[in-house]
Amino acid sequence: MVNNLLDRIQALGHGTLAALSRLGRANVFLMAVFAGLSGMLMRPGLLVKQLFSVGVQTLIIIVVAGLFVGMVMALQAYYALVDFGAEDSVSVMVVLSLLRELGPVITALLFAGRAGSALTAEIGLMKATEQLSGMEMMAVNPVERVVAPRFLAGVISMPLLAAIFSAVGVMGGYLVAVQMLGLDSGAFWSQAQSKVELFEDLGNGMIKSLVFGFVVSWIAVFEGYDCIPTSEGLGQATTRTVVYGSLAILILDFVLTALMFSK
Amino acid sequence: MNTRTLELLVGLFVAAGLAALFMLAMSVSNLASFGGDEGYIIKARFDNIGGLKVRSPVSASGVRIGRVTDISYDSEGFEALVSMSIDPQYNTFPIDSSASILTSGLLGEQYIGLEPGAEEEYLVAGSMIDITQSALVLEQIIGQFLYSKADE
Repeated sequence: MVNNLLDRIQALGHGTLAALSRLGRANVFLMAVFAGLSGMLMRPGLLVKQLFSVGVQTLIIIVVAGLFVGMVMALQAYYALVDFGAEDSVSVMVVLSLLRELGPVITALLFAGRAGSALTAEIGLMKATEQLSGMEMMAVNPVERVVAPRFLAGVISMPLLAAIFSAVGVMGGYLVAVQMLGLDSGAFWSQAQSKVELFEDLGNGMIKSLVFGFVVSWIAVFEGYDCIPTSEGLGQATTRTVVYGSLAILILDFVLTALMFSK
Repeated sequence: MNTRTLELLVGLFVAAGLAALFMLAMSVSNLASFGGDEGYIIKARFDNIGGLKVRSPVSASGVRIGRVTDISYDSEGFEALVSMSIDPQYNTFPIDSSASILTSGLLGEQYIGLEPGAEEEYLVAGSMIDITQSALVLEQIIGQFLYSKADE
Protein backbone atom coordinates (compact mmCIF):
# COMPACT_ATOMS: atom_id res chain seq x y z
CA MET A 1 0.00 0.00 0.00
CA VAL A 2 2.66 2.45 1.09
CA ASN A 3 4.97 1.15 -1.64
CA ASN A 4 2.27 1.72 -4.25
CA LEU A 5 1.86 5.31 -3.09
CA LEU A 6 5.63 5.87 -3.14
CA ASP A 7 5.75 4.52 -6.71
CA ARG A 8 3.16 7.09 -7.78
CA ILE A 9 5.08 9.94 -6.20
CA GLN A 10 8.30 8.70 -7.77
CA ALA A 11 6.61 8.58 -11.20
CA LEU A 12 5.49 12.18 -10.71
CA GLY A 13 9.02 13.27 -9.79
CA HIS A 14 10.46 11.35 -12.72
CA GLY A 15 8.05 13.03 -15.12
CA THR A 16 8.84 16.50 -13.78
CA LEU A 17 12.59 15.98 -13.99
CA ALA A 18 12.28 14.56 -17.52
CA ALA A 19 10.26 17.58 -18.64
CA LEU A 20 12.77 19.98 -17.06
CA SER A 21 15.75 18.25 -18.63
CA ARG A 22 14.01 18.34 -22.03
CA LEU A 23 13.49 22.08 -21.60
CA GLY A 24 17.16 22.44 -20.72
CA ARG A 25 18.25 20.39 -23.74
CA ALA A 26 16.02 22.54 -25.96
CA ASN A 27 17.78 25.68 -24.72
CA VAL A 28 21.28 24.22 -25.08
CA PHE A 29 20.29 23.09 -28.56
CA LEU A 30 19.05 26.60 -29.45
CA MET A 31 22.42 28.05 -28.40
CA ALA A 32 24.15 25.47 -30.61
CA VAL A 33 21.92 26.49 -33.53
CA PHE A 34 22.82 30.17 -32.95
CA ALA A 35 26.49 29.23 -32.92
CA GLY A 36 25.98 27.30 -36.15
CA LEU A 37 24.27 30.21 -37.93
CA SER A 38 27.47 32.12 -38.65
CA GLY A 39 29.18 29.09 -40.17
CA MET A 40 26.08 28.34 -42.20
CA LEU A 41 26.03 31.84 -43.72
CA MET A 42 29.27 30.94 -45.51
CA ARG A 43 27.17 28.61 -47.66
CA PRO A 44 23.98 30.51 -48.60
CA GLY A 45 23.04 27.74 -51.04
CA LEU A 46 21.93 25.62 -48.09
CA LEU A 47 19.61 28.40 -46.93
CA VAL A 48 18.12 28.90 -50.40
CA LYS A 49 17.27 25.20 -50.64
CA GLN A 50 15.50 25.33 -47.27
CA LEU A 51 13.73 28.60 -48.10
CA PHE A 52 12.30 26.74 -51.07
CA SER A 53 10.99 23.76 -49.13
CA VAL A 54 9.88 25.75 -46.07
CA GLY A 55 8.65 28.96 -47.72
CA VAL A 56 7.81 28.51 -51.38
CA GLN A 57 6.09 25.16 -50.95
CA THR A 58 3.92 26.54 -48.11
CA LEU A 59 2.83 29.45 -50.29
CA ILE A 60 -0.15 27.79 -51.99
CA ILE A 61 -1.90 26.72 -48.79
CA ILE A 62 -1.30 30.21 -47.35
CA VAL A 63 -2.74 32.00 -50.39
CA VAL A 64 -5.85 29.79 -50.56
CA ALA A 65 -6.46 29.99 -46.81
CA GLY A 66 -5.93 33.77 -46.79
CA LEU A 67 -8.36 34.32 -49.64
CA PHE A 68 -11.15 32.36 -47.99
CA VAL A 69 -10.54 33.74 -44.50
CA GLY A 70 -10.76 37.28 -45.91
CA MET A 71 -13.98 36.47 -47.77
CA VAL A 72 -15.62 34.89 -44.72
CA MET A 73 -14.57 37.82 -42.53
CA ALA A 74 -16.19 40.26 -44.96
CA LEU A 75 -19.45 38.30 -45.04
CA GLN A 76 -19.65 38.02 -41.26
CA ALA A 77 -18.65 41.65 -40.68
CA TYR A 78 -21.30 42.79 -43.15
CA TYR A 79 -23.96 40.69 -41.40
CA ALA A 80 -23.04 42.19 -38.01
CA LEU A 81 -22.64 45.81 -39.16
CA VAL A 82 -25.49 46.24 -41.63
CA ASP A 83 -28.04 46.54 -38.79
CA PHE A 84 -26.31 49.71 -37.61
CA GLY A 85 -25.92 51.19 -41.07
CA ALA A 86 -22.17 50.87 -40.59
CA GLU A 87 -21.49 48.43 -43.43
CA ASP A 88 -18.80 50.79 -44.77
CA SER A 89 -16.70 49.72 -41.77
CA VAL A 90 -16.50 46.15 -43.08
CA SER A 91 -13.04 46.91 -44.43
CA VAL A 92 -11.81 48.20 -41.06
CA MET A 93 -12.96 45.02 -39.34
CA VAL A 94 -11.48 42.75 -42.02
CA VAL A 95 -8.14 44.57 -42.27
CA LEU A 96 -7.62 45.04 -38.53
CA SER A 97 -8.46 41.46 -37.62
CA LEU A 98 -6.25 40.15 -40.43
CA LEU A 99 -3.25 42.35 -39.61
CA ARG A 100 -3.43 42.01 -35.84
CA GLU A 101 -4.57 38.42 -35.25
CA LEU A 102 -5.66 36.17 -38.09
CA GLY A 103 -2.73 36.85 -40.41
CA PRO A 104 0.05 35.93 -37.97
CA VAL A 105 -1.87 33.23 -36.05
CA ILE A 106 -3.46 31.24 -38.88
CA THR A 107 -0.28 31.49 -40.95
CA ALA A 108 1.72 30.15 -38.01
CA LEU A 109 -0.75 27.31 -37.38
CA LEU A 110 -0.65 26.29 -41.05
CA PHE A 111 3.11 26.71 -41.03
CA ALA A 112 3.45 24.39 -38.02
CA GLY A 113 1.32 21.77 -39.76
CA ARG A 114 2.80 22.07 -43.22
CA ALA A 115 6.46 23.03 -42.75
CA GLY A 116 7.14 22.29 -39.07
CA SER A 117 6.06 18.65 -39.26
CA ALA A 118 8.14 18.17 -42.42
CA LEU A 119 11.22 19.64 -40.70
CA THR A 120 10.81 17.30 -37.72
CA ALA A 121 10.27 14.23 -39.91
CA GLU A 122 13.27 15.09 -42.10
CA ILE A 123 15.71 15.67 -39.25
CA GLY A 124 14.30 12.76 -37.24
CA LEU A 125 14.73 10.36 -40.14
CA MET A 126 18.30 11.56 -40.64
CA LYS A 127 18.89 10.74 -36.98
CA ALA A 128 17.17 7.35 -37.24
CA THR A 129 19.20 6.38 -40.29
CA GLU A 130 22.37 7.62 -38.55
CA GLN A 131 23.11 10.24 -41.18
CA LEU A 132 23.69 12.80 -38.43
CA SER A 133 26.21 10.53 -36.68
CA GLY A 134 27.79 9.89 -40.08
CA MET A 135 28.32 13.62 -40.55
CA GLU A 136 29.93 13.86 -37.13
CA MET A 137 32.27 11.01 -38.09
CA MET A 138 33.32 13.08 -41.13
CA ALA A 139 33.95 16.10 -38.88
CA VAL A 140 30.93 17.94 -40.32
CA ASN A 141 28.87 19.66 -37.62
CA PRO A 142 25.29 18.40 -38.26
CA VAL A 143 23.73 21.31 -36.34
CA GLU A 144 25.52 23.76 -38.63
CA ARG A 145 24.98 21.76 -41.81
CA VAL A 146 21.42 20.44 -41.32
CA VAL A 147 19.63 22.27 -38.51
CA ALA A 148 20.75 25.92 -38.78
CA PRO A 149 19.62 26.48 -42.41
CA ARG A 150 16.21 24.95 -41.68
CA PHE A 151 15.77 27.06 -38.55
CA LEU A 152 16.78 30.30 -40.26
CA ALA A 153 14.58 29.53 -43.29
CA GLY A 154 11.60 29.13 -40.94
CA VAL A 155 12.31 32.42 -39.16
CA ILE A 156 12.65 34.29 -42.48
CA SER A 157 9.65 32.66 -44.16
CA MET A 158 7.05 33.26 -41.46
CA PRO A 159 6.76 37.08 -41.66
CA LEU A 160 6.74 36.95 -45.46
CA LEU A 161 4.03 34.29 -45.45
CA ALA A 162 1.99 36.25 -42.90
CA ALA A 163 2.23 39.41 -45.04
CA ILE A 164 1.08 37.47 -48.10
CA PHE A 165 -1.76 35.91 -46.08
CA SER A 166 -2.99 39.33 -44.92
CA ALA A 167 -2.67 40.92 -48.37
CA VAL A 168 -4.57 38.10 -50.06
CA GLY A 169 -7.13 38.19 -47.24
CA VAL A 170 -7.73 41.90 -47.81
CA MET A 171 -8.24 41.20 -51.51
CA GLY A 172 -10.71 38.42 -50.63
CA GLY A 173 -12.55 40.83 -48.35
CA TYR A 174 -12.59 43.38 -51.17
CA LEU A 175 -14.03 40.81 -53.59
CA VAL A 176 -16.89 39.94 -51.26
CA ALA A 177 -17.59 43.45 -49.95
CA VAL A 178 -17.41 45.33 -53.25
CA GLN A 179 -18.22 42.78 -55.95
CA MET A 180 -20.69 40.60 -54.09
CA LEU A 181 -22.34 42.84 -51.48
CA GLY A 182 -22.14 46.02 -53.53
CA LEU A 183 -20.33 48.30 -51.09
CA ASP A 184 -18.51 51.34 -52.44
CA SER A 185 -14.93 50.58 -53.40
CA GLY A 186 -13.62 54.04 -52.44
CA ALA A 187 -15.20 53.80 -48.99
CA PHE A 188 -13.65 50.34 -48.57
CA TRP A 189 -10.08 51.66 -48.91
CA SER A 190 -10.55 55.05 -47.25
CA GLN A 191 -12.23 53.58 -44.15
CA ALA A 192 -9.34 51.16 -43.77
CA GLN A 193 -6.75 53.91 -44.27
CA SER A 194 -8.37 56.16 -41.69
CA LYS A 195 -8.34 53.49 -38.97
CA VAL A 196 -5.27 51.30 -39.57
CA GLU A 197 -1.96 52.51 -38.13
CA LEU A 198 1.25 51.56 -39.90
CA PHE A 199 3.35 50.69 -36.85
CA GLU A 200 0.63 49.95 -34.32
CA ASP A 201 -1.20 47.39 -36.48
CA LEU A 202 0.97 46.28 -39.40
CA GLY A 203 4.24 46.54 -37.45
CA ASN A 204 2.99 44.68 -34.39
CA GLY A 205 1.47 41.98 -36.60
CA MET A 206 4.84 41.48 -38.25
CA ILE A 207 6.58 41.27 -34.86
CA LYS A 208 4.06 38.62 -33.85
CA SER A 209 4.71 36.55 -36.96
CA LEU A 210 8.47 36.81 -36.42
CA VAL A 211 8.09 35.51 -32.85
CA PHE A 212 5.81 32.68 -34.02
CA GLY A 213 8.26 31.77 -36.79
CA PHE A 214 11.08 31.62 -34.27
CA VAL A 215 9.17 29.45 -31.79
CA VAL A 216 7.66 27.05 -34.34
CA SER A 217 10.99 26.53 -36.13
CA TRP A 218 12.75 26.01 -32.81
CA ILE A 219 10.20 23.40 -31.68
CA ALA A 220 10.28 21.66 -35.08
CA VAL A 221 14.05 21.29 -35.38
CA PHE A 222 14.45 20.38 -31.70
CA GLU A 223 11.78 17.67 -31.80
CA GLY A 224 13.46 16.19 -34.86
CA TYR A 225 16.94 16.33 -33.36
CA ASP A 226 15.82 15.03 -29.96
CA CYS A 227 13.45 12.27 -31.16
CA ILE A 228 13.79 8.62 -30.23
CA PRO A 229 15.38 7.19 -33.40
CA THR A 230 12.71 4.60 -34.17
CA SER A 231 9.73 4.77 -36.52
CA GLU A 232 7.44 5.05 -33.49
CA GLY A 233 9.52 7.80 -31.87
CA LEU A 234 9.61 9.70 -35.14
CA GLY A 235 5.82 9.61 -35.39
CA GLN A 236 5.51 10.88 -31.82
CA ALA A 237 8.01 13.66 -32.47
CA THR A 238 6.10 14.85 -35.55
CA THR A 239 2.85 14.87 -33.59
CA ARG A 240 4.51 16.78 -30.75
CA THR A 241 5.78 19.43 -33.18
CA VAL A 242 2.26 20.18 -34.40
CA VAL A 243 0.64 20.00 -30.94
CA TYR A 244 3.28 21.96 -29.01
CA GLY A 245 3.76 24.36 -31.89
CA SER A 246 0.05 25.17 -32.15
CA LEU A 247 -0.37 25.54 -28.39
CA ALA A 248 2.72 27.74 -28.14
CA ILE A 249 1.37 29.97 -30.93
CA LEU A 250 -2.02 30.44 -29.30
CA ILE A 251 -0.61 31.07 -25.81
CA LEU A 252 2.10 33.42 -27.08
CA ASP A 253 -0.52 35.23 -29.15
CA PHE A 254 -2.45 36.06 -26.00
CA VAL A 255 0.70 37.28 -24.23
CA LEU A 256 1.80 39.40 -27.21
CA THR A 257 -1.69 40.85 -27.71
CA ALA A 258 -1.87 41.76 -24.03
CA LEU A 259 1.53 43.48 -24.26
CA MET A 260 0.90 45.28 -27.57
CA PHE A 261 -2.74 46.27 -27.73
CA SER A 262 -4.02 46.66 -24.17
CA LYS A 263 -4.00 50.27 -23.10
CA MET B 1 15.39 20.72 -59.67
CA ASN B 2 18.43 22.72 -60.73
CA THR B 3 19.87 25.61 -58.78
CA ARG B 4 18.60 28.28 -61.16
CA THR B 5 14.90 27.35 -60.91
CA LEU B 6 15.29 26.93 -57.16
CA GLU B 7 16.81 30.36 -56.66
CA LEU B 8 14.32 31.89 -59.06
CA LEU B 9 11.37 30.53 -57.09
CA VAL B 10 12.85 31.60 -53.77
CA GLY B 11 13.50 35.06 -55.22
CA LEU B 12 9.89 35.26 -56.40
CA PHE B 13 8.70 34.17 -52.94
CA VAL B 14 10.71 36.85 -51.14
CA ALA B 15 9.62 39.47 -53.68
CA ALA B 16 5.96 38.45 -53.23
CA GLY B 17 6.29 38.73 -49.47
CA LEU B 18 7.83 42.18 -49.66
CA ALA B 19 5.24 43.26 -52.25
CA ALA B 20 2.45 42.11 -49.93
CA LEU B 21 3.98 44.10 -47.08
CA PHE B 22 4.29 47.15 -49.34
CA MET B 23 0.71 46.81 -50.55
CA LEU B 24 -0.59 46.57 -46.98
CA ALA B 25 1.45 49.60 -45.95
CA MET B 26 0.34 51.74 -48.88
CA SER B 27 -3.28 50.81 -49.45
CA VAL B 28 -4.74 49.95 -46.08
CA SER B 29 -2.66 51.79 -43.49
CA ASN B 30 -2.29 55.45 -42.76
CA LEU B 31 1.17 55.77 -44.34
CA ALA B 32 -0.15 58.29 -46.90
CA SER B 33 -1.27 60.71 -44.19
CA PHE B 34 2.09 60.71 -42.40
CA GLY B 35 4.29 63.75 -42.32
CA GLY B 36 1.68 66.00 -40.68
CA ASP B 37 3.70 65.96 -37.47
CA GLU B 38 5.91 68.89 -38.46
CA GLY B 39 2.97 71.30 -38.26
CA TYR B 40 2.75 74.25 -35.90
CA ILE B 41 1.15 73.76 -32.49
CA ILE B 42 -1.80 75.82 -31.30
CA LYS B 43 -3.71 75.36 -28.07
CA ALA B 44 -7.27 75.70 -26.88
CA ARG B 45 -9.11 75.34 -23.56
CA PHE B 46 -12.37 73.45 -23.33
CA ASP B 47 -14.82 72.98 -20.44
CA ASN B 48 -15.43 69.41 -21.55
CA ILE B 49 -13.71 67.48 -24.31
CA GLY B 50 -16.12 64.52 -24.32
CA GLY B 51 -14.54 61.60 -26.17
CA LEU B 52 -11.75 63.54 -27.90
CA LYS B 53 -8.48 61.60 -28.05
CA VAL B 54 -4.86 62.24 -28.98
CA ARG B 55 -4.55 61.85 -32.79
CA SER B 56 -8.20 62.87 -33.32
CA PRO B 57 -8.52 64.96 -36.49
CA VAL B 58 -8.71 68.78 -36.60
CA SER B 59 -10.70 70.01 -39.57
CA ALA B 60 -11.93 73.23 -41.12
CA SER B 61 -15.00 73.14 -43.41
CA GLY B 62 -14.74 69.35 -43.25
CA VAL B 63 -11.17 69.22 -44.58
CA ARG B 64 -8.62 67.60 -42.26
CA ILE B 65 -5.90 70.17 -41.53
CA GLY B 66 -4.19 68.68 -38.47
CA ARG B 67 -4.30 66.37 -35.50
CA VAL B 68 -4.68 66.61 -31.73
CA THR B 69 -1.21 66.05 -30.26
CA ASP B 70 -1.76 66.36 -26.54
CA ILE B 71 -4.59 66.55 -24.02
CA SER B 72 -4.02 67.61 -20.41
CA TYR B 73 -6.01 68.99 -17.51
CA ASP B 74 -5.25 72.51 -16.31
CA SER B 75 -5.79 72.24 -12.56
CA GLU B 76 -5.71 76.04 -12.07
CA GLY B 77 -8.35 76.99 -14.63
CA PHE B 78 -10.21 73.67 -14.15
CA GLU B 79 -10.33 73.20 -17.87
CA ALA B 80 -9.00 70.74 -20.43
CA LEU B 81 -6.00 72.01 -22.39
CA VAL B 82 -5.80 70.58 -25.91
CA SER B 83 -2.75 71.01 -28.15
CA MET B 84 -3.14 70.45 -31.85
CA SER B 85 -0.65 70.34 -34.67
CA ILE B 86 -1.81 72.17 -37.82
CA ASP B 87 -0.33 71.47 -41.24
CA PRO B 88 2.03 74.38 -42.06
CA GLN B 89 0.38 75.05 -45.42
CA TYR B 90 -2.74 76.25 -43.55
CA ASN B 91 -1.13 79.18 -41.74
CA THR B 92 -3.69 81.91 -42.33
CA PHE B 93 -6.24 81.31 -39.60
CA PRO B 94 -7.23 84.66 -37.96
CA ILE B 95 -6.53 84.91 -34.22
CA ASP B 96 -10.23 85.16 -33.38
CA SER B 97 -10.96 81.78 -34.95
CA SER B 98 -13.10 79.50 -32.84
CA ALA B 99 -12.72 75.82 -32.08
CA SER B 100 -15.56 73.43 -31.29
CA ILE B 101 -15.65 69.73 -30.54
CA LEU B 102 -17.95 68.02 -32.99
CA THR B 103 -19.04 64.46 -33.67
CA SER B 104 -18.84 62.87 -37.10
CA GLY B 105 -22.17 61.18 -37.68
CA LEU B 106 -24.57 60.23 -34.93
CA LEU B 107 -22.25 57.89 -33.04
CA GLY B 108 -18.94 58.59 -34.79
CA GLU B 109 -15.63 59.71 -33.38
CA GLN B 110 -15.14 63.26 -32.10
CA TYR B 111 -12.98 65.87 -33.81
CA ILE B 112 -12.16 69.56 -33.51
CA GLY B 113 -13.75 71.91 -36.02
CA LEU B 114 -11.98 75.25 -36.61
CA GLU B 115 -14.13 78.16 -37.70
CA PRO B 116 -12.14 81.10 -39.10
CA GLY B 117 -12.70 84.59 -37.58
CA ALA B 118 -12.27 88.03 -39.15
CA GLU B 119 -9.11 89.56 -37.60
CA GLU B 120 -6.10 90.61 -39.69
CA GLU B 121 -3.55 88.80 -37.50
CA TYR B 122 -2.92 85.08 -37.94
CA LEU B 123 -2.58 82.24 -35.45
CA VAL B 124 1.08 81.24 -35.04
CA ALA B 125 2.87 78.47 -33.19
CA GLY B 126 1.92 78.57 -29.49
CA SER B 127 -1.20 80.71 -29.98
CA MET B 128 -4.22 80.09 -27.79
CA ILE B 129 -7.71 79.91 -29.25
CA ASP B 130 -10.04 81.86 -26.92
CA ILE B 131 -13.45 81.10 -28.37
CA THR B 132 -14.23 77.43 -27.84
CA GLN B 133 -17.30 75.27 -27.65
CA SER B 134 -17.26 72.07 -25.61
CA ALA B 135 -18.41 68.65 -26.63
CA LEU B 136 -22.08 67.89 -26.33
CA VAL B 137 -22.67 65.42 -23.54
CA LEU B 138 -25.83 63.44 -24.00
CA GLU B 139 -26.72 63.34 -20.29
CA GLN B 140 -26.50 67.14 -20.03
CA ILE B 141 -28.73 67.64 -23.07
CA ILE B 142 -31.32 65.23 -21.68
CA GLY B 143 -31.05 66.95 -18.31
CA GLN B 144 -31.68 70.38 -19.87
CA PHE B 145 -34.56 69.01 -21.87
CA LEU B 146 -36.23 67.53 -18.81
CA TYR B 147 -35.63 70.75 -16.89
CA SER B 148 -37.25 72.89 -19.58
CA LYS B 149 -40.18 70.44 -19.78
CA ALA B 150 -40.68 70.75 -16.05
CA ASP B 151 -40.91 74.53 -16.33
CA GLU B 152 -43.81 74.39 -18.76
